[in-house]
Amino acid sequence: MTGHTLGWVVVAAALVAGCGDKPQQNGDNDVVLIGQVSPLTGPQAHLGKDNENGVRLALDEINAAGLTLGGKKVMLELKSEDDAADPKTATTVAQKLVDEGVVGVIGHLNSGSTIPASKIYSDNAIPQISPSATAVAYTASGFQTAYRVMTNDAQQGTVLGNFAVTKLGAKKIAIIDDRTAYGQGLADEVEKAAKAAGGEVVAREYTSDRSTDFMAILTSIKGKAPDLVFFGGMDPQAAPMIKQMKQLGMQAKFLGGDGAQTPKLIELAGADAEGALASNPGLPLDAMPGGSAFKAKFEAKYGKIQNYSPYAYDAMHVLIDAMKRADSSDPAKYLAELPKTDYQGVTGRIRFDAKGDITGGAVTLYQVKDGKWQTLETVQSGN
Amino acid sequence: MDIFLQQLINGLVLGSVYALVALGYTMVYGILELINFAHGEITMMGAMVSLAVIGALALAAPGLPGVLVLGAGLAVAIPVCMALGLLIERVAYRPLRHAPRLAPLITAIGVSIILQNIAMLIWGKQYIPFPAILPQGRHEILGASISDTQIAILVLAVLIMMTLILVVQKTRLGRAMRATAQSRQVASLMGVDVNRVIASTFVIGSALAAVAGVMVSAYYGLAHYYMGFLLGLKAFSAAVLGGIGNLGGAMLGGLLLGLIESFGAGYIGDLTGGFLGSHYQDVFAFFVLIAVLVFRPSGLLGARVVERA
Repeated sequence: MTGHTLGWVVVAAALVAGCGDKPQQNGDNDVVLIGQVSPLTGPQAHLGKDNENGVRLALDEINAAGLTLGGKKVMLELKSEDDAADPKTATTVAQKLVDEGVVGVIGHLNSGSTIPASKIYSDNAIPQISPSATAVAYTASGFQTAYRVMTNDAQQGTVLGNFAVTKLGAKKIAIIDDRTAYGQGLADEVEKAAKAAGGEVVAREYTSDRSTDFMAILTSIKGKAPDLVFFGGMDPQAAPMIKQMKQLGMQAKFLGGDGAQTPKLIELAGADAEGALASNPGLPLDAMPGGSAFKAKFEAKYGKIQNYSPYAYDAMHVLIDAMKRADSSDPAKYLAELPKTDYQGVTGRIRFDAKGDITGGAVTLYQVKDGKWQTLETVQSGN
Repeated sequence: MDIFLQQLINGLVLGSVYALVALGYTMVYGILELINFAHGEITMMGAMVSLAVIGALALAAPGLPGVLVLGAGLAVAIPVCMALGLLIERVAYRPLRHAPRLAPLITAIGVSIILQNIAMLIWGKQYIPFPAILPQGRHEILGASISDTQIAILVLAVLIMMTLILVVQKTRLGRAMRATAQSRQVASLMGVDVNRVIASTFVIGSALAAVAGVMVSAYYGLAHYYMGFLLGLKAFSAAVLGGIGNLGGAMLGGLLLGLIESFGAGYIGDLTGGFLGSHYQDVFAFFVLIAVLVFRPSGLLGARVVERA
């Protein structure tokens, strides 16, 4: 090919690219794509589906009420993707959503997949609100597009570590994490806070988010006679872990984070769950300003709430709220409105700090009594 | 000492489950030189089917004793898995018996994915709890504790393995299996119905998998459509460790892998002063596997040709 023809090809390509771009952004197309990512397959699929349903509920409501941006009727359309809680898959589906032209993303569920995906959204200037990623690193990378409506691990871990030592009176603490960004991050914060409060960390053990056998590490922990075992991870691991603690005759209390504070944990661990303690960022569903109304709406359509769906629902509303104020679904325009968010959602009042974290997030502690999670107390994190 | 004993018990229980599943891999490999990657999923199917039966029974007749309910679960799960094994062999592997070796291997992976997704469609993505129907007794021996479930797993696994050895060594079917393993052509020339022997191998292996699946879900208190993957991978490693194709090897490999994992996870952190933590449990297990394969490429008990089944 000569230089001459090559030049024409480049010009033609530029023209085609230019033509393709315009109508998508400013044309008469009134369909706006919103991305949602969570694990829809694999061990955490039940939590992933819960998030998807939360987003879908909000989206359907907004569509039913009718949304007008920039003088045009807008229909929202959900593009839900499965990241299988896997960081590699997360980046692939994030790129796919960007290529499909979503204007905002609710997700992902896990910190481990939210963090690598946030780089892709940031590079393409697509705002992202995670309903459930709690790892500190997510908003610490300084991306302008990264937001979350969930109390982060530093806030939650500090409350948990303090609570274990001062309220539960645990002197010797064993800590286990599942080596995910979430589990490890939370466990690290708990370790820091417990030490600061005067507790002693006698064991630090590790497992994975696919394991169900913890007999070996629990036996090793039992030898060190802790007063309390903290686990940073999700309910599919927490439930068998609690059962195996009982099986080994361990007297230590069990304390978990929000990944363990689910109805599924009680269902899976049965009678052994009795007395288990766990925290969840935010308020209990009954104490949320819009909790009971949300519960009624959600359960009529999708069945039992697993955990994060109220946050997914709020995240969706926060995103649309910013679009309404900007009067545009153009990410470049409404992204500037996100930091000014002051939205009264189901989960409470949502405002963001400079990093994109929710300000003044509450952490609530629960204990299983008579086969149910009972609220112990709510602590305002000192952000 | 009590911790050592406890880890020994943990390892033996885990290992006997691995061994039961590993037997299914090794029997099929011994006869067909095929790695049946769908075997882990048959284990999962066993767990799911038995749980469905147990759940239905617990609702229909709440007064029934737990052991009886579990027995009913097993009595349905075993034939279902046997039929499934038979079906898979007939549909997915037999048409490819003379194809290049890679083809059935890929089919096996495909079957495994299909089974996972079927289970996901039937039972959903949720973890399914194992109802608390079994006696939760716990016994203290020299400071270590062993539960009724653990004892039942150990006893049942030993009984099944002994029966299997008897079948392979003493019965006509067993002799036909050994003959087929040595040479399919010669065995068929001697009047052995090779197709029937291969089908029987799948059926027996699937029955063992069903039992192992029920054991695992009763022991950990849950079942999930994805549970067969990791279990299958570990059991396959156990079979390779012991020498794939060798029955005794699968049992030894399973027990060893269970013990290595248990002691590895329990002691590695303390022995290295926290430098390597219990997250190196699997690394440790696979390191042992690699070391064995370097020095004995055919596994611990693997012989090159003779007596493979």
